[in-house]
Amino acid sequence: MFILAQAQVCSEMSAFAFLFSQNARKEGSDMKTEGQVRIPSGCAIAAVISKEGNRMSGELITNAMKPMHDRSNGLGGGFAGYGIYPEYKDFYALHLFYNERSTRKNCEQFLKEQFEIVKSEIIPTRKIPSITDEPIIWRYFVSPLKSVLASLQLDEKEFVARTVMKINAEFPGAYVFSSGKNMGTFKAVGFPEDVGVFYKLDEYEGYSWTAHGRYPTNTPGWWGGAHPFTLLDRSIVHNGEISSYDANRRFIEMFGYRCTLQTDTEVITYIIDYLLRVQGLTLEEAASVIAAPFWSTIAAKADETEQKKLTYLRTVFSSLLVTGPFSIVLGFNGGLMALNDRLKLRSMVVGEKADKVFIASEEAAIRTMEPAAENIYAPAGGEPVIIQVKEDAF
Amino acid sequence: MKLIDAVNLDYKALNTLLREETGEFTVSGCLGQRFIAAGMDERRITIDGIPGNALGAYLNGAELIVNGNTQDAVGDTMNEGKIVIHGSIGDAAGYAMRGGKIFVRGNAGYRAGIHMKEYKEKVPVLVIGGCAGSFLGEYQAGGKIIVLGLGACGREIIGNFPCTGMHGGKMYLRGDCTMLSFPGQVTARLACEEDMEEIRGFLSEYCALFDCDQTVLTASPFTVVTPDSKNPYQQMYVAN
Repeated sequence: MFILAQAQVCSEMSAFAFLFSQNARKEGSDMKTEGQVRIPSGCAIAAVISKEGNRMSGELITNAMKPMHDRSNGLGGGFAGYGIYPEYKDFYALHLFYNERSTRKNCEQFLKEQFEIVKSEIIPTRKIPSITDEPIIWRYFVSPLKSVLASLQLDEKEFVARTVMKINAEFPGAYVFSSGKNMGTFKAVGFPEDVGVFYKLDEYEGYSWTAHGRYPTNTPGWWGGAHPFTLLDRSIVHNGEISSYDANRRFIEMFGYRCTLQTDTEVITYIIDYLLRVQGLTLEEAASVIAAPFWSTIAAKADETEQKKLTYLRTVFSSLLVTGPFSIVLGFNGGLMALNDRLKLRSMVVGEKADKVFIASEEAAIRTMEPAAENIYAPAGGEPVIIQVKEDAF
Repeated sequence: MKLIDAVNLDYKALNTLLREETGEFTVSGCLGQRFIAAGMDERRITIDGIPGNALGAYLNGAELIVNGNTQDAVGDTMNEGKIVIHGSIGDAAGYAMRGGKIFVRGNAGYRAGIHMKEYKEKVPVLVIGGCAGSFLGEYQAGGKIIVLGLGACGREIIGNFPCTGMHGGKMYLRGDCTMLSFPGQVTARLACEEDMEEIRGFLSEYCALFDCDQTVLTASPFTVVTPDSKNPYQQMYVAN
C-alpha cells in the first residue's frame, strides 16, 4: 500500500496533534514527522558476525547493501555495530538526535542529573550530497549515578531503559537512538550505502554488524524512523510490516514502554527487551512467542515436552505474537539472532565462511561480503538462527 | 556468442544489452540484478554469479542457464521457454507460471509453484531436484510440479501446508509421503503407470541436464496430488 508522494505541508500543530496526540509535546521538533509533511510510506537487511570475535570495518556491511539498492527508496538506512567502543566498553553509549542547540542544552542538563558523563561529542559525519537535513547528532559515554540508582531502587539496565523512554516521550526534539554498551547505532534518511559513508563507518571496527535499507510503505520515513531500533544493547532491523502492531503496542505499553518513533518495528525492540531482560526467556523461547507456530503445527509435535512449552508460551504471551510479514535480525552483545515470520512472507538467507556467518535479504549481499560463502540456506519461517561469539572474545 | 561482464551494470543496462540482439549470451559477474531476460525470446543466456529477483519474469521463449543459486520469484508469470538452475532457487519459484519449464538441481524455498496455471496446450512444468519449502503449490491452478527430494536424507521432502488452495494441475512427490498431511480438497495417492508416463520425458530431461541416473529416480514410488473438484470453494462461504 503506497501513499503517493505529495509535497503537502500541513499546518504544523493541528495535523500532528491530530495524528499523534500522545506525541503532542514533541511538536516543536524540526525533524518533521508524518502529519507535518506527507511522506510516502518495503526493505533490505544484512548482517555479519565473527564467531571468534574478530573485528571488521563497517565498510564491509556498507558495501553489502549496494546490490540490494532497489529494495530501498532512500527514506531510511542504518547500521548497528558491536564491539566498536572497546575503550569505553563499561559505559552506556547514548546516541541522540536533537532538532536544535537549545534542545541539546536542555537534555544535557537532564542527563547530568542522571549520569556521570565521561565523554560527550558530536558523532563525526561526512558532508555528502545524498544526505541532507541532518539533525544535531551527538553521543555520550555515561554511567548511571550510584546515588540515583540507590534512591530509585532500580538496577542499572532498567534505569537506562526508563531514561531512554522518558527522553523520547517527553523531550521535544530529542531522540535517543542507541543506548547500549560497546555498541552503537547509526541511522539517517538516505540510502543505506550513503548512510554508511555519512557516518564514516569505515573508521569503526566491530565483531558484528547489522544493516537496513528502508522502503517505508505505511509509516513515515524520517531520521528517528530509520532502523535499527535499539534499547540497551539490543537492536532490530526489520524487513516487512507488522499487522499486529497496535495489539502489540497496547500490550507492551502496559509495562512502561512508550512507542514514540511512529514505526511498527520499534515495538519488536521493546517486545524483545521485555521477553529477554524482564521475563528472562531464552532467545529460542522469545522466537517461539513472536513467531509462534500454528496450533496445528504445535498439535503435530512428536515431543510432548516441546508441545507443552510451545502451548504455554503461545497462551501466556498471546498478545506478543507478531503477525504479518517480517524477517528480522536482532543484534545483542555477543551475538545475532535472525528470524522470519511463521509464514515466511519475506526472504532471508544465511551463509558462512570460516569464523563468519552472514545473513541477508538476498544472497547477492552475502556474496558481496564473501564471494566464497558456503552452506547458503534459507531458514524456515519461525526457525530462529542464533549465532553467539565465543566466550570472552567480545 | 556474446560475452557480457555484469560487474557494475545495473539491471536496466544489463537487460538493454541482452535486448540488442538474439542468439547466445554468457553473463559473468552477475550480482543481484533483477528482471534478467524479462519477457525475452530467441536467446540462450548462461549466467555466472547470483541473478537478482524475478529472473526470467514473463519469459517468452528464451532459455536461461544459471551456474549457481537464484533468488526469489524466478519465472514469475513465465509464458514459454526454459530455465535451468544448477543450484537452489529462492521463494515463490514459478510464481503464476503459465507455460515453459523450470529445472532446479537443488532445493526450492517457500511457495514454489504458487498459482501456476494452464490452458489447453500451455502446461507449465516445475521440477525441483532437492526439497521444497512450505506452501508448495499454494493456489495451484494448473501445470505440473515435480519434487524429487534428492539429498533429503530421510527428512520430509516438502515443508508444511502443501497444496493450500490447490484447485487445478498435478503435483508429483517422489516417495510414498505417508507422513505428510494434505488439505481436504485434494487427494494424494500413489502414482500409477499412466501418471508416470506423463512425466517420464521431464525426468529424462532432468537427468540429462544434471547428470543423474533415471533408474534410481524411478526405483522409488511417486505420490500424485490432484484437487478433488473443479469447484473447491463450493462450501466455503455459501453453497453454490
